[in-house]
Amino acid sequence: MTFILRLAWRDSRASRRRLLLFSLSVVLGIAALVAVGSLGANLARAIDDQAKGLLGADLVVTSRADLGAAPRAHLDSLGAEQAREKSFSSMMTIPRADGAARLVNVRALEGAFPFHGDFTTVPADAPARLRAGGAVAIVEETLLRQYGAVVGDPVKLGRTTFTVVGALQRLPGESSAVSATVAPRALIPWSELEGTGLAERSVLFRHRTFVRLPAGIDPAAVERDMRRRFIGEGLGFDTVAERKRNLGRVLENIEAFLGLVGFVALFLGAIGVASAVHVYIRQKVPTVAVLRCLGATARQAFGVYLVQGMALGLVGAALGATLGVLVQLALPGLLRDVLPIDVTFFIAWPAVAWGVGAGLVISLLFTLLPLLAVRDVSPLVALRSAFAERAGAATDPWRIAILGFIVLAVAGFAVWQTGRLREGLAFTAALAAGFGVLAGLAQLTAWVARRWFPRRAPYVVRQGVANLHRPQNRTVLLLLSLGLGTFLMLTLFLTRTTLLREIQVSGGAGRANLLFFDIQDDQIEGLRRTAAGAGAPVTVHAPIVTMKIASVRGKPVEELIRENAGRRPPSQTPESGAGAPNEAVGGGRGERKGGPPRGGGAAAWTLRREYRSTYRPALEGSERLVAGVFTGRVAPGEAIVPVSLEEGLFREMGLKIGDEIEWDVQGVPIRTQVGSVRAVEWRRIEPNFFVVFPEGVLEPAPKFHVAAMRATDPDHSARVQRAVVAAYPNVTAIDLALVLRTVDEIFGKVAFAIEFMAAFTVLTGVIVLAGAILTGRYQRIRETVLLRTLGATRRQLIGIQLVEYSILGVLAAVVGGGLAVAGNTLLARFIFKIEPGLSWTVLAAGVLSVCAVTVVTGFLTNRGITRHPPLEVLRQET
Amino acid sequence: MSAQAMLKVERLTKAYDAAGHRLTVLRDVTFKLEAGATLAIVGPSGSGKTTLLGLCAGLDQPSEGTVELAGEPIGSLSEDARALVRNAHVGFVFQNFQLVPTLTALENVLVPVELRGQGGAAAEEEACGLLARVGLGERRDHYPVQLSGGEQQRVALARAFMNRPKILFCDEPTGNLDGDTAHAMADLIFRLNEEKGTTLVLVTHDLELARRCRRILRLKAGAVASDETV
Repeated sequence: MTFILRLAWRDSRASRRRLLLFSLSVVLGIAALVAVGSLGANLARAIDDQAKGLLGADLVVTSRADLGAAPRAHLDSLGAEQAREKSFSSMMTIPRADGAARLVNVRALEGAFPFHGDFTTVPADAPARLRAGGAVAIVEETLLRQYGAVVGDPVKLGRTTFTVVGALQRLPGESSAVSATVAPRALIPWSELEGTGLAERSVLFRHRTFVRLPAGIDPAAVERDMRRRFIGEGLGFDTVAERKRNLGRVLENIEAFLGLVGFVALFLGAIGVASAVHVYIRQKVPTVAVLRCLGATARQAFGVYLVQGMALGLVGAALGATLGVLVQLALPGLLRDVLPIDVTFFIAWPAVAWGVGAGLVISLLFTLLPLLAVRDVSPLVALRSAFAERAGAATDPWRIAILGFIVLAVAGFAVWQTGRLREGLAFTAALAAGFGVLAGLAQLTAWVARRWFPRRAPYVVRQGVANLHRPQNRTVLLLLSLGLGTFLMLTLFLTRTTLLREIQVSGGAGRANLLFFDIQDDQIEGLRRTAAGAGAPVTVHAPIVTMKIASVRGKPVEELIRENAGRRPPSQTPESGAGAPNEAVGGGRGERKGGPPRGGGAAAWTLRREYRSTYRPALEGSERLVAGVFTGRVAPGEAIVPVSLEEGLFREMGLKIGDEIEWDVQGVPIRTQVGSVRAVEWRRIEPNFFVVFPEGVLEPAPKFHVAAMRATDPDHSARVQRAVVAAYPNVTAIDLALVLRTVDEIFGKVAFAIEFMAAFTVLTGVIVLAGAILTGRYQRIRETVLLRTLGATRRQLIGIQLVEYSILGVLAAVVGGGLAVAGNTLLARFIFKIEPGLSWTVLAAGVLSVCAVTVVTGFLTNRGITRHPPLEVLRQET
Repeated sequence: MSAQAMLKVERLTKAYDAAGHRLTVLRDVTFKLEAGATLAIVGPSGSGKTTLLGLCAGLDQPSEGTVELAGEPIGSLSEDARALVRNAHVGFVFQNFQLVPTLTALENVLVPVELRGQGGAAAEEEACGLLARVGLGERRDHYPVQLSGGEQQRVALARAFMNRPKILFCDEPTGNLDGDTAHAMADLIFRLNEEKGTTLVLVTHDLELARRCRRILRLKAGAVASDETV
């Protein structure tokens, strides 16, 4: 053992810089794992520390209307302290920005909410001023910044002008990025709501009652009790424990995803290590042969280089762990806007140990592969180098076993990291597919270069092409490292393009891109005129009537819910319709949390929710009939009305054509039967509905309207909004351009964190590339020097490299790009369930960058050889 | 000791499968060498000299026949067992020196004893003595690349004697050296060999060098053409 350690140390002296470079290949991968793992630990602790602040209360009760007297009395009887919030979407006018109107989420607050934690505002005393009452508002900081407004400015909601007393940075348990971009929040005192006039007209309220329970009362028990007692009230509940669970799940997903991105960097680095060690060992064959001649056993010789390989992994792990901890300092900052909690930094040693352990195992497995060759070096090599080539490597049981371990380690890591077998295996399969395609391409390239060698081409070209297939070529390594890096980076970019394109397509040529809702019955005609006057006539209009299901196939809904509750645990039962401003923009879909019905019953959410249905004589462009016959009109007084259901709802309710549903339309029962089923393109910014009635039934019911139109550009859109909101302050607008921008912003924030981690993969790719080129430099130095000696000019030597690296760079970039297109298509089809979008600009930019990086790195790492006299180079490098 | 056979080769044959047919490079070679004897193997290129040396030193396994080295039947031993025999009884000098490029002269000389776990101050002192004996006492911390060809070969010779071998195998030890250096090197090999009482097997093209051995085995096309005592 002493001999092994001593010789490993001595033998490494001349190669330590190279070994360090090899270890750098895994540094970034290990750093990524350590950083992400530590971030996960930091987040978990932050969730624990800030648990109560996540909700701001012990229990939150959500309802469509103000919480009824009975539930309130019940809470009072428990000695609970209560605070109320009524929230809705409305347009806010900002005088400082020339009266610009912007959709905001108004929160009218009463009571001492939050009971735990507080709002984060600038200045800090703003919550106290809000609680003191008066026409004051706390407005989302990003909104104020966007419109150049400051604290002290006036803003207008409905009829009331409020003074901004604070800029809102964070509310307990809410992610500022999502809130700020989708619907910036504006907090006002409850007492001021009536004065705005908005409460009289708008019907799309969300009511939340925040509850602080006396010590010793379990919020979960109160929730269970209230669910049972007030089954018909359509109440939703949120407890700290539930919020923690949900938040934990979300954060685990983020951690899992970032972890996988980091792991790819480690995997790529490990391939680099394997390749570098392979070349290193080939160069050590004569030394091993001499040692064998002098009496070293195969175990001793193998041990010497195993020690070096392990040391290489340890150095990489130590550097990676240090870098990972430093990176971890940056990650919470990058994710701050998308995290609903404040994260404080601490070094999570278990996470560091896990990252280092995973890094060591992977790099050791990949190091072992090329090291196995040491066992078979014949001492005869000392006499004749012809004996250096060994045969039978493919059938070596150790080699097969190590390859098996590598596959198991990668799959095991992916499954562990994602926490799901299917996703983990899918990741492994995708990696294996990418690996297989690139490895196959490398073989093909070498074969093509040999088979169709350009014999008539100039010497420089011939030499460059020959480098692709000659012994000890770098074709496989470079194509793998560059191709995998390109694949991953471009997949990220293309996915972003796909998601944005999808939204752009939904507002495609001629389609509506501006939607107004909350239009009252007496306002619709006036709004038509106002919009037309502003140059955007209403193209789609739908009346909306709110209703609930009373019975299905003759069975009352309470009974069905009770049956349902018996079949599934309460935590899986989604709350009723909270948070969806309008089915018309797809809000209803998000509520479908319960999944398909089990045991034959309807999913609970379908029974509890408040439906916003319409009536119309024909299908719209965003709808397609998939079953039954659509009825556009019925005679007044029809006993059973044929209605059309959206196919998802139809499925989740477990219905058949002809099944009867009785609706409670604001107190009036209406009997219907399922006459047809429609497929709906929810993503289009047009009024879409779960349930469509024929004309002739709902006209007398209290209703409001949704109208959509097309604005030619953002300025036009702003003009139309200003005109409509000035005339009808209660009306709310959704601007497709704004939706696009907000989605882009949110994606941008999340994508930045992902790209930050993906950059580790790319940097690893560059390091592996540099390592590969450097090892190639050692491999080819004699040949280059010989060419130099025989009179090759520097220009010729550079030309040879240029040909080789350009071919490899282009191939890796093009195939990596192709894999990214495939990856993007699979993600779009199977994960996002949308049509994949392809940006040729993104693709071309990616491909060109990879080619450029390859060639530049090639030049930089080879520059010494071509600039110095041959003898000097030989003396230094051998 | 002098009457005991240090190397016993019987009906030794080595053949390779090459390009679909069997190529016999050494055919039915038999000889015996007593302890302390000196043998030169000579012959034209491709006559099987190096192959015979490799088989005698236990670097390869014969296709047929047996090799007994210091009483050990090395032809039938495993590769690791042969390595132990080499470490215990054999010294090597190669045409291309074969020093470990990453080790200093002293460290190269120490390798055979360190392999046995017998390093330490005493071993180092002995190695320094050997280096001094070959005239490189002042160059012990130099790496191979910092030494001339002749100097590298002298380090190799010191290394060959470090484990006090019973038999020394030299493969064209002066083949890469100029005339004067080659002559000096040959003197050193024979002087040390005599001093240490080692058996010497020498492969060479150089007939003058061969004639310094007491016995010359001449190979032709893989077979023994003559076996003469000088």
